[in-house]
Amino acid sequence: MTMGFLNIEFLVASAVGLLTAAGIYLILRRRTFPVILGLSLLTYGVNIFLFATGRLMVDAPPVLNKYAEVPYTDPLPQALVLTAIVISFGMTAVVVMIALAAYLSARDDKIDMPHHPEDEGEDA
Amino acid sequence: MSLFLIAALPFLGAVFPALLIRAGRNASASAAGLTSFLAFVGLLLHAPAVFRGEVIQVGIDWLPALGLNANFFLDGLGFLFAAMILGIGLLVILYARFYLSREDPMGNFYTYLLLFQGAMVGIVLSDNILLLLVFWELTSLSSFLLIGYWKHLPEGRQGARMALAITGSGGLAMIGGMMILGNIVGSYDLSVILQNKDLIQASPLYLPALILILLGCFTKSAQFPFHFWLPHAMAAPTPVSAYLHSATMVKAGIFLMARLWPVLSGTPEWFYIVATTGLVTMLLGAVIALFKDDLKALLAFSTVSHLGLITMLLGFGTKIAAVTAVFHIINHATFKAALFMSAGIVDHEAHTRDIKRLGGLRHLMPVTATIAIVAALSMAGIPPFNGFLSKEMMLEETVHTLWAGSHYLVPGLALLAALFSAAYSFRFIGHVFLGQTRDDYPAKPHDPGFGMWAGPALLVSLVVLIGLFPAHLVGPLVAVAAGAVTGGADLPYYSLKLWHGLTPALYMSGVAVIGGLVLLKLHAPLIAAWNRAPRPEAKQIFDSAMRALTKLSQIITDGLHNGAITRYAFLMMVFIIGISYFAYSTGTMVPATREVQGVGPITVIAWFCLMVATLAVVAKHRQRQLSLVLIGVVGLVVSLGFNYLSAPDLALTQLSVEVVTMVLLLLALNFMPKDSPVEAPMWVRLRDGGIAVVGGLGAALLIYALMLRDFALPSISEFHLANSYKGGGGTNVVNVILVDFRGYDTFGEIIVLGIAALVIYALTEAVLGSRVRAYLLNRKPDMPQAGDAHPMMMVVATRVMMPLALMVAAYIFFRGHNLPGGGFIAGLIAAIALLMQYMASGFSWASERQRMFYHGTIGSGVLIAAATGLGSWFSGNPFLTSAFGYLHWPPLEEFEWATAALFDLGVFLAVVGAVLLALESLARFAWQPGISSEHAMDINPARDDAAEAAAAEGEA
Repeated sequence: MTMGFLNIEFLVASAVGLLTAAGIYLILRRRTFPVILGLSLLTYGVNIFLFATGRLMVDAPPVLNKYAEVPYTDPLPQALVLTAIVISFGMTAVVVMIALAAYLSARDDKIDMPHHPEDEGEDA
Repeated sequence: MSLFLIAALPFLGAVFPALLIRAGRNASASAAGLTSFLAFVGLLLHAPAVFRGEVIQVGIDWLPALGLNANFFLDGLGFLFAAMILGIGLLVILYARFYLSREDPMGNFYTYLLLFQGAMVGIVLSDNILLLLVFWELTSLSSFLLIGYWKHLPEGRQGARMALAITGSGGLAMIGGMMILGNIVGSYDLSVILQNKDLIQASPLYLPALILILLGCFTKSAQFPFHFWLPHAMAAPTPVSAYLHSATMVKAGIFLMARLWPVLSGTPEWFYIVATTGLVTMLLGAVIALFKDDLKALLAFSTVSHLGLITMLLGFGTKIAAVTAVFHIINHATFKAALFMSAGIVDHEAHTRDIKRLGGLRHLMPVTATIAIVAALSMAGIPPFNGFLSKEMMLEETVHTLWAGSHYLVPGLALLAALFSAAYSFRFIGHVFLGQTRDDYPAKPHDPGFGMWAGPALLVSLVVLIGLFPAHLVGPLVAVAAGAVTGGADLPYYSLKLWHGLTPALYMSGVAVIGGLVLLKLHAPLIAAWNRAPRPEAKQIFDSAMRALTKLSQIITDGLHNGAITRYAFLMMVFIIGISYFAYSTGTMVPATREVQGVGPITVIAWFCLMVATLAVVAKHRQRQLSLVLIGVVGLVVSLGFNYLSAPDLALTQLSVEVVTMVLLLLALNFMPKDSPVEAPMWVRLRDGGIAVVGGLGAALLIYALMLRDFALPSISEFHLANSYKGGGGTNVVNVILVDFRGYDTFGEIIVLGIAALVIYALTEAVLGSRVRAYLLNRKPDMPQAGDAHPMMMVVATRVMMPLALMVAAYIFFRGHNLPGGGFIAGLIAAIALLMQYMASGFSWASERQRMFYHGTIGSGVLIAAATGLGSWFSGNPFLTSAFGYLHWPPLEEFEWATAALFDLGVFLAVVGAVLLALESLARFAWQPGISSEHAMDINPARDDAAEAAAAEGEA
């Protein structure tokens, strides 16, 4: 059974669009935690985007079948996205850590520096 | 010895002094000396060939696409300079051993010195101007370290910065000039460039290239108006001054002018720029030197003057002037290095180098006095020392030089400079060594040990010997070096001898000497007048220029980069959208070629969940815990989507990363506020919403359009599919790409992941070492706590699951090559299995049972991956070429072995280590006294008796 007016390309594209939009909106917030959430959403969006550049196929995993000639989906974007997922975990962890350390040190989780006159220290 | 080795030896040897300093200062100095000595001997082995006129060349193509080749060549000029650099380097190493005090870190000194030596040798042996530029910059950097060696002295730091700023910016100009030069000729190899004089001089870009290259040479060789950094660099220890500022670094500019002399000289532009600059520098340096009371400042300005002299000679553009320049380079190096070392000895023994406080030292330190007086007489141009010879030849040349139609200008000014030169040399002798012995020296001066005066004594004996027997001693060297400068063996007639008859030059010399003596007599009133006269102070001009530049860059930086990260993000988003629109509006769009594919209701339901959850995250982002739950839904649907769209590996990875990320975010949220206040005004939120909608719409339309079209160019994926099994031995193409085809990427990635974990660890250490720790220790939970910190059910379940989970990880790992799985996913699963123990049984319980440090796990993972990669070298293949085969051990099924599995093991370990190190670091924030219970489980039926016993013990 298929849903006549919907197609998989539309679903993926709309998901990418919404994730990107939500990510951008949250990244523009002024506290660290929403920005981290926004980065995560944007990461999903970008990863799906990259993945979809290999075009979409159902039931055609890139695992070679020795016994039959079957279609395979594009493996390269998958490999790229796999590393991207792991790296974005590392990035999220570092950003979370910086946000936490900044909050604990300043007891404040605003991401903009408060404006204050620069201290002009110069090595003689 | 190969030229590669000669150039590399100082760099290789630079490691040892710093290491061997623990074995004592002699060991350190010997290591440095031995390195220089070996390189020097290696160079001398080439001497016979060089003197026969051969040019020794070695080279390998390094980056041929850029024209950057590691080519070296050794001709007469290179030989002369390399011999000076290594020979005087040896003497300086000896001298510094006795000059530096116990408090000075001698290992560092020799390491810097050898780095510098290597860079200099590299310059003079390079046959590729790009390679030469690399070494050129290295000399700037290593001399910065040497000048600022006494980093506790502000003068040292300022002098080092000034030297770096001036020579560094000159170096930048020179890069431009060299690029133009290489472009004109079409090759960056010197030996090719030197053959193309006509091509270069006919080019319209000749003048820009010339000016840029000369800027580099003039700044390096302290030519007017860039001369002022050299005296300030005298804050360096005297061995450095003797080395850098007499024989080597300041001669690098001279060297380059000599090297490029065949193709750049001979034009009016060359003559007027180079000869005039040299003349002005020579005169100015000599005049200022006379009025300096600091011994080293006097010598510094005298060096400026002599460098001007050599520059002027090169600028004349005649072959005979080039011969004279080469000869004076040799002579100046010998007497000036000896003079610097003598000045250092005086400073070392008398504890002052202020000429006004010295005098009469010839009785107290006769050896030093002899050395210094002979060297200074040579500098003054008194026969029979070597300085006289080249100065006479120089004066002779000036007589034949016409400057803008004037016969008298150049010889007149040169004579004046010679006169001042004689005067300051006489002052050096008269006011320091002659005169009455005083009794108010800061310390009782006496001659130093042999080790300290051996170097200058050797140099001074050269001064005398070259003066007496120039033709025999240095005649051949001058001939080959000058031949290399002028680009041909056919040198004009010249003779190196003391007596040339009654020539104009001899009269000029006589005038200079007599005038010098008169000036010395008049010194007291002259210096009084000099000190009264207003004159520009180079350091103040430099400092105010620097302040103005700093101010300017501060204004620009602070204006652009004001700490409002929201603004950066806003600008970035707008820019991305703008540039995407530009790309869209200028590109072409082909019609769709692919059909859309239908979907079933379950897919639509999942999609609906994702859309609603995403919208809810945005709507509810102020409630942070709720938004975490919602984002978990998004992640789950994304994993399902990957699985549905034929990407099982991605689904597994996404799912396990999801778990780890969620644990991480929850841990962090524990310490942070649980909700975000409303801050931005409505119009800002609307504006951001607008940007978000435009950006999202753009991304959606782009990917939709992309998915409906085929690739414009053939994709390499076909190659991967076709070769995965044949070439990589695995049927899971994604895994084979990761560990084989793109193994290098993966290798880099696990290193990045490991570094990220280490950054987190370091941040934790830093934060916990600060006052934050006190806050954390006394922190009261801001939310109601669970009654049970370690619920029994969870503890039991996680412990039972641990071996099972590890088994799953092993299974996923081993099947990865052929079926969905692999090191990344297995690593994440294993990490989650261990994380569960931390969560259920507590941090303390888990830490006590931790057998190895996660740093080590990361490191071993990276090392295993690297070793696997290196292993392919043994079979003569490039880094990370994988090998595989099939084994059949009778009771088992046939199975595959592949080096890629070993590589995957490295990935596995690095992922486990990185994830656990990151989360363990974060968990350490939660530690408070009394948090670790003695028992992992709060309720444990098996412990009733023990608990009572413990209670009883407590009472007792």
